[in-house]
Amino acid sequence: MSGQERGSAHAGPDTALAAYVLRLGDDALVASHRLAELAARGPQLEEDVALANTALDLLGQARSLLTYAGSLEERLTGVLRTEDDLAFLRGEDQFANCLLVELPNTDFAHTVARQLLFSAYQFELYSRLAGSADATLAGIAGKAVKEVAYHRDHAAGWTVRLGDGTEESSERMAAALEAAWPSTAELFASDPVFAAVAAAGLGADPPELRPAWEACVDGVLAEAGLARPEVPPVTGPAGRGGRQGVHTEAFGYLLAEMQHLHRSHPGALW
Amino acid sequence: MADQPLWEVFVRARRGLSHVHVGSLHAADAEHALHNARDLYTRRQEGVSVWVVPAAEISASAPEDKDAFFDPAEDKVYRHPTFYPVPEGVEHL
Amino acid sequence: MTDRGTATAAPENAPEQRRFEERIAADERIEPRDWMPDDYRRTLIRQIAQHAHSEIIGMQPEGNWITRAPSLRRKAVLIAKVQDEAGHGLYLYSAAETLGVAREELLDLLHQGRQRYSSIFNYPTVSWADVGAIGWLVDGAAITNQVPLCRCSYGPYARAMVRICKEESFHQRQGFDLLYTLARGTEAQRRMAQDSVDRWYWPSLMMFGPPDSESTHSEKSMAWNIKRFSNDELRQRFVDMIVPQAEALGLTLPDPDLAWNAERGHYDFGTPDWDEFMQVLKGNGPCNKQRIEHRRDAHREGAWVREAARAHAAKSRARSRTAAA
Repeated sequence: MSGQERGSAHAGPDTALAAYVLRLGDDALVASHRLAELAARGPQLEEDVALANTALDLLGQARSLLTYAGSLEERLTGVLRTEDDLAFLRGEDQFANCLLVELPNTDFAHTVARQLLFSAYQFELYSRLAGSADATLAGIAGKAVKEVAYHRDHAAGWTVRLGDGTEESSERMAAALEAAWPSTAELFASDPVFAAVAAAGLGADPPELRPAWEACVDGVLAEAGLARPEVPPVTGPAGRGGRQGVHTEAFGYLLAEMQHLHRSHPGALW
Repeated sequence: MADQPLWEVFVRARRGLSHVHVGSLHAADAEHALHNARDLYTRRQEGVSVWVVPAAEISASAPEDKDAFFDPAEDKVYRHPTFYPVPEGVEHL
Repeated sequence: MTDRGTATAAPENAPEQRRFEERIAADERIEPRDWMPDDYRRTLIRQIAQHAHSEIIGMQPEGNWITRAPSLRRKAVLIAKVQDEAGHGLYLYSAAETLGVAREELLDLLHQGRQRYSSIFNYPTVSWADVGAIGWLVDGAAITNQVPLCRCSYGPYARAMVRICKEESFHQRQGFDLLYTLARGTEAQRRMAQDSVDRWYWPSLMMFGPPDSESTHSEKSMAWNIKRFSNDELRQRFVDMIVPQAEALGLTLPDPDLAWNAERGHYDFGTPDWDEFMQVLKGNGPCNKQRIEHRRDAHREGAWVREAARAHAAKSRARSRTAAA
């Protein structure tokens, strides 16, 4: 199934739910991978432990969501794809994660900025999904919302420390926010999949999440003495972005690294 | 360059128990120390509550004071319940 | 005054010295503010620091495979394991700090190459199976070394080791399980597993240190109840443990001298290449430079972050003082 089909305007609620859960799973998977790249590279040992905790929480979410997406898909197609099939055997254009989570760890400020903006979004999202009409999704979100609340607070703490700390850290934090900010617009853009799950009471329509997300982020930035970046959103080809399978160049390398061993041994068990 | 201050960490394993000293860590401030303590010392659900205390703020008795501090309690056996014999057959005492 | 050791030297046979020796003889624990001989303190600082450094350097060879882990389950297990190593490093630095030395100093000594870490981490992890071999052999050897340290005479070290052993007991099982899966997988996977065991067997035997006849620090450490068993005793214990496990794996240990000795009730085994050991120890292993550079880079790149955290804390304190005034 291609990215185009997943975004199809003719999606029924079942098709839309499968595509929706896959998007959430891909977000968590890629966000986790970026954090896991930092193993043994944290600015201090305590932060190595903290980053790994967040990576593990996100990976746990990804596994639940991808497994569920696979089973929803199976109901439609009769073919089951496991969490590993979905993680390791899809190409770039079949991943539906947002662009924000694939941004690289240029420096610790970039990691913090990405984590702040993403976990504040996940918090609003999961808070609503905990009340989803779909019991499985509600269950996953109910557990995950506590995890991402901590991720958000941890990233907020660092945003304030870096924003308020030294001249250098403040400049780096501002630059990192400016680099990540253009990719946040995508988090709040609706499309037929989002609209269908929202209409069926299964998922959240992204634009609804925006006010609470802005209030949270603005509050953190104010405490950090940082201004909200004034930069326009990323404009993709024909309006397409991560949700439609058009990713950053760096994402191809991320997948190449993540998938090469699994793909080198077709059919092997690990 | 100096590291961040040292904090001593105390964890309450579950409700009804006291906080117990588990180790130390470095952090810039109390909030940071609490986060680090949670991430480091409760990775396996070891706790329901965490205290962090700046190591520099703890006053400790010196080992050489041991005699003056702790030995006087040694002969006050009347502070322990076993000091009082209970006649056979008397219960709930 | 915190519970950090700062007591200074007392003359030989002073009451402090006597009390220390009585405690050791009675197998009691020494605590941070107790008087202790300078040599005891130095030995402990060296050993605990080396142990802590080994944990954090040990994050690298396995961390090398996190982003390439071939299943999401294995990836989660590996992230958690590498994280545990960071945690164990922290427990140990925390124990070392009770002896009156700052973690920052110890890290500096590591970065300058003036303190050591376990030489085994100077070998590269060139295949996924190495993650399994490290878990099974390297962690297996480490646990064999560490369990007796839970009864070490220095309280904070012993307590850190209790925590570490509890958390680490299943790392070895994880490694075994990984190799077991490979050994029963495709032909390529089985070859990968065997090749890995071939490369890690001898270095894991070297982890117990040189033979007792040539060990420089052992005697004193034994007398002080820091060390409870000799290098050779522990090496034997390890070999006795892994031989049947290798059979269960269906993998071969690359040691032609390996044979059950009914008379001794132990396995006989070959002699590791101690020249190789000395060469790697001296810095000529495949990854010595890389491991230290990686550590230095992470520390240097984190400097502005740590400085920012301190600056923010200072500013916050100043602000709350102003507000209170």
